[in-house]
Amino acid sequence: MPDAIRTVHARASGVTRVYPGHAGQELVHALGPVDLDLYKGEFLSVIGPSGCGKSTLLELLAGLAAPTAGTIEFEGRPVQGQVPDGIGVVFQEDSSFPWLTVRENVAFGLECAGVDPTEIKRRVDYAIGFMGLADFARSYPAQLSGGMRQRVCIARTLVLEPRLILLDEPFGALDQQTRLLMGDELLRLWRETGATILLITHALDEATMLSDRVAAMSARPGRLLEIISTHWPVDRDSRIVEDERFGAITARLWTILREQSMKAIGKTESRVST
Amino acid sequence: MTRYGWIRLVIVAALALFLEALCRTGVIPPLIMIPPSEMLAAAWRILASGEMKGDFYSSLANICIAIIFSVAGGFLAGLAIFSVPDLRAAAEPLLASYSAVPPIVFYPMLIVIFGLNRVPQVLLAVMFGFVPMAIHTINGLDRIRPVFLKVGRANRVSTFISIFRIQLPAAAPYLFIGVTLAVSYSIIGVISSEFVLSAKGIGHQISYAYDNYDNRAMYGLIVLVLGIATLLNTSLRYYSQRMLKRWTR
Amino acid sequence: MKSRRALYTGIFLAALFVSWHALYMAFGPRVLTPPWETFGNVVNILMAPVYWPHIGESIRSFSIALAIAFGLGTLGGVAIGGWRACAEVLEPLLVNFNSVPKVALYPVILLIFGLGMWAKVVFGVLHGVIPIMIASIGAVRNVNPIFVRSAQTMHLTRLQMIRRIWVPATIPEIFSGLRLGFSLTLLGTVFGEFFASQRGFGFLLMNAIDLRDVRTIMALILILVVFAVISNSALLAIDHRLHRRRA
Repeated sequence: MPDAIRTVHARASGVTRVYPGHAGQELVHALGPVDLDLYKGEFLSVIGPSGCGKSTLLELLAGLAAPTAGTIEFEGRPVQGQVPDGIGVVFQEDSSFPWLTVRENVAFGLECAGVDPTEIKRRVDYAIGFMGLADFARSYPAQLSGGMRQRVCIARTLVLEPRLILLDEPFGALDQQTRLLMGDELLRLWRETGATILLITHALDEATMLSDRVAAMSARPGRLLEIISTHWPVDRDSRIVEDERFGAITARLWTILREQSMKAIGKTESRVST
Repeated sequence: MTRYGWIRLVIVAALALFLEALCRTGVIPPLIMIPPSEMLAAAWRILASGEMKGDFYSSLANICIAIIFSVAGGFLAGLAIFSVPDLRAAAEPLLASYSAVPPIVFYPMLIVIFGLNRVPQVLLAVMFGFVPMAIHTINGLDRIRPVFLKVGRANRVSTFISIFRIQLPAAAPYLFIGVTLAVSYSIIGVISSEFVLSAKGIGHQISYAYDNYDNRAMYGLIVLVLGIATLLNTSLRYYSQRMLKRWTR
Repeated sequence: MKSRRALYTGIFLAALFVSWHALYMAFGPRVLTPPWETFGNVVNILMAPVYWPHIGESIRSFSIALAIAFGLGTLGGVAIGGWRACAEVLEPLLVNFNSVPKVALYPVILLIFGLGMWAKVVFGVLHGVIPIMIASIGAVRNVNPIFVRSAQTMHLTRLQMIRRIWVPATIPEIFSGLRLGFSLTLLGTVFGEFFASQRGFGFLLMNAIDLRDVRTIMALILILVVFAVISNSALLAIDHRLHRRRA
């Protein structure tokens, strides 16, 4: 997409997050400062070593937490205190409510908002069909596999017709092959809804495969090191791994991240390296 | 019923038959125990004739009142302790020692204060059942997964909806275990106190039958009490386990 | 953290004494005796030789009941727990029996064992042995199979397995059961003493009720409560230490 016609959908400016430490320990500098522009309609992944604050960044963008310094904007308005209308969040762990059926789970947000029942039915039916859950609409999450449960969570976000979807390592608990298929699902969703997507992940191949741009973060306190544009076609799927540039991009990401990851687990780059 | 369920039934039936044989052949003299079949007959007679209706209603009323207060009081106490961290630190050693003291020893004091009526009996039963309910309330609230609250916030739900449509359902299986225990302890508390000292009630009738060497009435009542209690506890526990299995992971 | 807990316990005890005294002021000496006076009465009772046979009797029956409940409960529970099918069948029966009002069986025990020490002991055992058994069954069944398999790959003998794997793995949970069993056996024995004999703590209590001797009633209750709380706290401390060594 040419830079000239891109509009900024969400923006983090100089954002920092600092936590008070446990029981009198010093402050934990979790994130920042970070400047990030999310363009409308793009698919952006954020990747980084453990503990670098990627999830914190997502929570700040969503309005679930407030930055210690800096500002967050969504659609031109500041994000403060609560989650703005138009943002949907999918969390890392399975957050489907075990006491509701799949259908009831998906309808939950709409019912709480007091939406008209016929409208609820229409949207829920669509979302359930879209995510391939039609056969399981009356089952309980406990009867479903991990991948299916995450689909329920995604469907629950879908029905709200969000313009920005934030996903925090949604496929982390799944096996690799299911992850790849779910990635395809995510791309399909992205194309159909036209929403802007921010995906947090620690898997390099996933980030490269799915995104228009990949942002690499440093070890804690997380800062943006580099953003790589993939220039993939819109109609891509997991078979993009065949593209000759796939390896190059992934390799570039690992070069940036290898040192960061080692820092995160406490090792430093050896003088005598391979 | 599962295979193991059948085996259990067989074991219980076998024991009952064994007892029946011992009683009928006189190995166990009738002054000590009457055959199980006669126990059941006596139980049936008591139920059908309605001769002890007043006592049954009295005990039942006491038990129900005790359950209501144990569950409500225990829930509120658990909620308070959960919400106020200082209170929790203070309450923990207390709750641990509470189960050490047999509440029945306070019964004499309660009688002296309130007189010989249903108040000390209900109070005693509440003393039995209140603490397990509080403990399980705290446990249930602890186990509400934080991500559920985040989902609530992501959906911009009101506090009211967050409490009644997210937090309470999430804690429900554990709260229900507390309720099951409160019911069980309320029954134990009421029957025990009626047995020790009371003017009416099933416990009192059992004691009275024993004093008058009326083995028929005594065993009939015992079978009734144990039977009803078992039925109630078993169904509550069964439902509780199903809830736990379905609503948690 | 520990000093905080001590502070809170102190505050609670102080509040307890204050409300106790307030109730005494409200209800009068025919209904309650105030804290200090009750302490005095406790000392009097403990020092008076006429009460010693009763206290001794209670201690004796409680100890016997405890020993039987502990032994039967632990051995029985471990044995049942070791055989899976047996445990599956029996555990629900035990749990069900545990929650019925066992006081209803009290007259039956009196008929079988007559008045005297054994009725009390059996009633106490009845209360304590089931939870101990259930806890022991659970302890054995909850041993992580990984431990057993690792031990097998290390070619341990039967005896070594028991000593080095089974015992350490099950002790914390069994001990929690013993702690619960202690309190319940106490409950059963005291209750049993209400009617089963002419001697013992429970008998003294019932006697005091009949005579409306409020001072003795309160003093006896205080002795029992203090005994229960102190012994339970000691057991709890051991329980925590046993559990702390595990993940």
